[in-house]
Amino acid sequence: MSDTENTPTIQMPDPAKLIVSNSPHIHSGQNIPKIMFTVVAALMPACIAAVLFFGLAAIEVLLLCTVSCVVIEEGWNKLVKRHPTWKDGSAIITGILLGMNLNAGTPWWVCILGGFLAIILGKQLYGGLGYNPFNPVLVARVGLLIGFPEIMTTWDKPELGLMKIDAMTAATPLGLAPGETFFSDVLLGNIGGCLGETSAIALLIGGVILLAFKLIKWEVPLAFLGSVFVITGIAHVVSPETVHSPFIHIFTGGLLLGAFFMATDMVTSPMTRKGALIFGLGCGVITSVIRLWGSYPEGVSFAILFMNALTPLIDRATIKKPFGYIAPAKGEAA
Amino acid sequence: MIAAIVSVGVLGALLGVIIGVVAKAFAVEVDERIEGVGDLLPGANCGGCGYAGCADFAKAVVGETATPDQCPVCSAEDISNIAGYLGIVAEEKEKMVAVVRCSGNASNTVRSLYNGVRDCRSAVLVAGGAKGCDYGCLGFGSCADACPFGAIEIRDALAIVHPELCVGCENCVAVCPKNLIVMVPASVDVHVYCNSPEKGAAKRKVCKTACIACRKCVKASGEEDHMLVDGFLVKTNYDNPPPTDLVEASACPTTALRLASKHAAGGYEGVSK
Amino acid sequence: MSDKPRKFKGGVHPNDSKALSATKPIQEAPLLESYKVIMHQNIGGPPELVVKKGDTVKKGDLLAKASGFVSVPLHAPTSGTIKAIDKCAGPTGIHVPAIEITADGEDEWGEAFAPIADWKNTDPATLKQRVWDAGIVGMGGAGFPCHVKLSPPEGKTIDTLILNGAECEPYLTADHRIMLEQAEEVVLGAAILARILGLKTAIIGIENNKPDAIAKLNEVAGKYNVRVQGLPVNYPQGAEKQLIYAITGREVSPGKLPMDVHCVVQNVASAAAVAGAVIKGRPSIERITTVTGKPVVQPGNWKFRIGTPISKALELVGGVSEQPAKLLLGGPMMGIAQNSLDVTVMKNTSGILLISADEVSFYTSEPCIRCGRCVECCPMSILPATISQAVENKRFDWAEELNVMNCIECGSCSYVCPSHRPLNQHFKRAKIEIQAQLRKKK
Repeated sequence: MSDTENTPTIQMPDPAKLIVSNSPHIHSGQNIPKIMFTVVAALMPACIAAVLFFGLAAIEVLLLCTVSCVVIEEGWNKLVKRHPTWKDGSAIITGILLGMNLNAGTPWWVCILGGFLAIILGKQLYGGLGYNPFNPVLVARVGLLIGFPEIMTTWDKPELGLMKIDAMTAATPLGLAPGETFFSDVLLGNIGGCLGETSAIALLIGGVILLAFKLIKWEVPLAFLGSVFVITGIAHVVSPETVHSPFIHIFTGGLLLGAFFMATDMVTSPMTRKGALIFGLGCGVITSVIRLWGSYPEGVSFAILFMNALTPLIDRATIKKPFGYIAPAKGEAA
Repeated sequence: MIAAIVSVGVLGALLGVIIGVVAKAFAVEVDERIEGVGDLLPGANCGGCGYAGCADFAKAVVGETATPDQCPVCSAEDISNIAGYLGIVAEEKEKMVAVVRCSGNASNTVRSLYNGVRDCRSAVLVAGGAKGCDYGCLGFGSCADACPFGAIEIRDALAIVHPELCVGCENCVAVCPKNLIVMVPASVDVHVYCNSPEKGAAKRKVCKTACIACRKCVKASGEEDHMLVDGFLVKTNYDNPPPTDLVEASACPTTALRLASKHAAGGYEGVSK
Repeated sequence: MSDKPRKFKGGVHPNDSKALSATKPIQEAPLLESYKVIMHQNIGGPPELVVKKGDTVKKGDLLAKASGFVSVPLHAPTSGTIKAIDKCAGPTGIHVPAIEITADGEDEWGEAFAPIADWKNTDPATLKQRVWDAGIVGMGGAGFPCHVKLSPPEGKTIDTLILNGAECEPYLTADHRIMLEQAEEVVLGAAILARILGLKTAIIGIENNKPDAIAKLNEVAGKYNVRVQGLPVNYPQGAEKQLIYAITGREVSPGKLPMDVHCVVQNVASAAAVAGAVIKGRPSIERITTVTGKPVVQPGNWKFRIGTPISKALELVGGVSEQPAKLLLGGPMMGIAQNSLDVTVMKNTSGILLISADEVSFYTSEPCIRCGRCVECCPMSILPATISQAVENKRFDWAEELNVMNCIECGSCSYVCPSHRPLNQHFKRAKIEIQAQLRKKK
């Protein structure tokens, strides 16, 4: 093209610098780090509550878990020659959530072991982010629970204030007899338990953030919490002496943490809305069964892990009817 | 304790007897020659023969619906061994190897920036693979992925066949979206590494190592028709293959005329003019 | 059939960026010294050449004739001589045959078709023949021969004609300007198409983000018994199947055509071309194209002759202010990326779009995190995430089972994917592999 003589000032695109790719050529701008760091932000209220109630020990556990998860992930990436992945933020979330599943007095080596279990056993052995069938945090939690039942079920007594030095132990409200727990304590977080099981309000704020940014499907927490509420509610009506009120059930233990932050993990939960509803329902039923009749006081972890295993089946069963699809019964080959 | 050992022991023995009886009673007659032929086959299950693996092929050979020389991997010796085992006469077969008819690696060709799936058959859907030459190797390695013998190497965005590793299973031929791969007799070492029918000038604009049909190689082969001219492209005449010194004698100005062995060893990198 | 359009499931809402060129009136591009008319501009068979090098042609003369039913003729964009019939850069990145014409500057019409002023009393078959002879294709992007859609096979009845004025692709405003400035032609074309199909009426579907076009068309629509229908703003509203659903509530089944639900969809620009071919006797040798994008100095809407090189089109808009990341023919969601400025405007070139580096999407091979966004937005209700994994593992049979053939390649899934996976490319590949497999079986 010899056309620059008449119009020398016109700048034309350099064809050699044009990128070719398949359509579409624009993007919504959403990416994995954005999603992951929004989740981290949603976890912050609960982290702050944990620090308020359990003091510096909480910071120690949370930091230790987060750092060990990130370090172990990068170590693994080096080992298997993958490019670094810490920037995607998924290891950070795993770390924080792992910390929230431990209690303030957890020894340092248990935190690191938990990080190892979560990252290596829970995620990387399956191929890394996106390929793990089970929630890595819960793999670690259950692994630790089975390996060190005493450490995992001894909870610090919460005490408002940062400078707590002497740890006292307390039982999880679910382990107490009905009537011994005050509802206001449960809401604010003045109860024994793991770091992430204290303040219901902080967890709810986080949940609202996740829902507002459409990072989780509302079907999962709704079905999860709703089914627990209904089942424990019926049980409470039948036998008020042995069963807590459904409100206590909802706001204590790891239920809120599980329903908003762990059952909703995208990788390990169904992709369709209908599937999410079934998934949440299944989690709720199993949790209730374990809580009411099982030997563990808490069943959220087991419930979610069990439903994680069913996720591929749920996904397969809830495939949407394609647009314009006519059932083969009418003589149409689909 | 003793009761447990005894009961498990009895149960085990009982089950063992049942399995033994069933195995005898319901045994399927198998021609033992199938296993014998299978042992003589390479066992790579490459599918080059057109059957679903070596066992399937062995069955076909024994059943005389296939002949041993249909296995592209077997050497002449292997085939005569199988034929000898079955007591049949084996046909002589020439060993074939694959050739990727392109020498346009990343350093020698014009390419535009491509962003997408790193697979030739997917990449070809975007701007024809984003290579200046419409006919050239895309270098994303669909053929290398298809090769069960690791005989194709992707070097500087160009697929290169190592003739000594290639067994001629033809798995790579169909996957190339540019149809660049052909099977040639292994005994021939001289090939034209270009497949573009475009005019010489157009080819040179996008590739330094294209065949520009200057016919130097045709002249160098004198009276013999070792090289055939097809439009703006010269091809090796595989019915009357040229000697290896033709490459030297013809002094191909673009190095499109190459020895497969030297090409695989990287002997032409950086020599294009 | 209610007046309230239905909203299809899924879809995305990209920033439409139409303000760059929506208010710019259509300008006529000056006559160039030469044009390169790409031979194969339609879906179906390429036309057969009827001219040779050195021939002189007048404007509108036949360059190539239809080679079969699903093929359309090609006409000269101006008067001059055939300089060469050679290969030229094509829109798909492969060099394709093209006819190069050197203009003589006279721009003189040849033996044009006789205008059919009294179209209302003309036999529909004659009108349809005219549409075919004029070489009109779907000008929205696909380039499907117009007359083929007007010829339903025996036993298939058509009861609804829909004109597609949705223009849901971001950036593009060509159809918008056509509806504003050539409202009369669009509606007239609709009426002619309706007559060919034996219908009394036609419906023009327009996204509600173009209220001026809706108002303008409403002014003239009544005259020809045509109805204008506003549609919700949701990409891909202009996809054939989504448009039919929005207007009639009928769903076109996988592997079926609009004809199977008694509908015909034509682009508004095609309708205007039909009006030109019938009333004025003009073949399809020019089209309205939007030249736009953030790097473009003066975005606008231009009337280009077929065969205008993109480099010339970019000169008319003052070039670029910065190096763009991509050059597209068509819109940003479904357009085709180019790596050469020598490609020429074709009958289906609705836009020439330059995308700047800050808004371009960049694909990676990051793993799927199963967030389900693609499942949510897929207007065809398939599972993009799962299908892409099937394709990555070369499980094309599985992809087929998951209804990949239903995919309309609208790109919504790739647009929302937080892992920036090249989903659409995977589907395109799968469809081609499955079709090849089918052919092999036959």
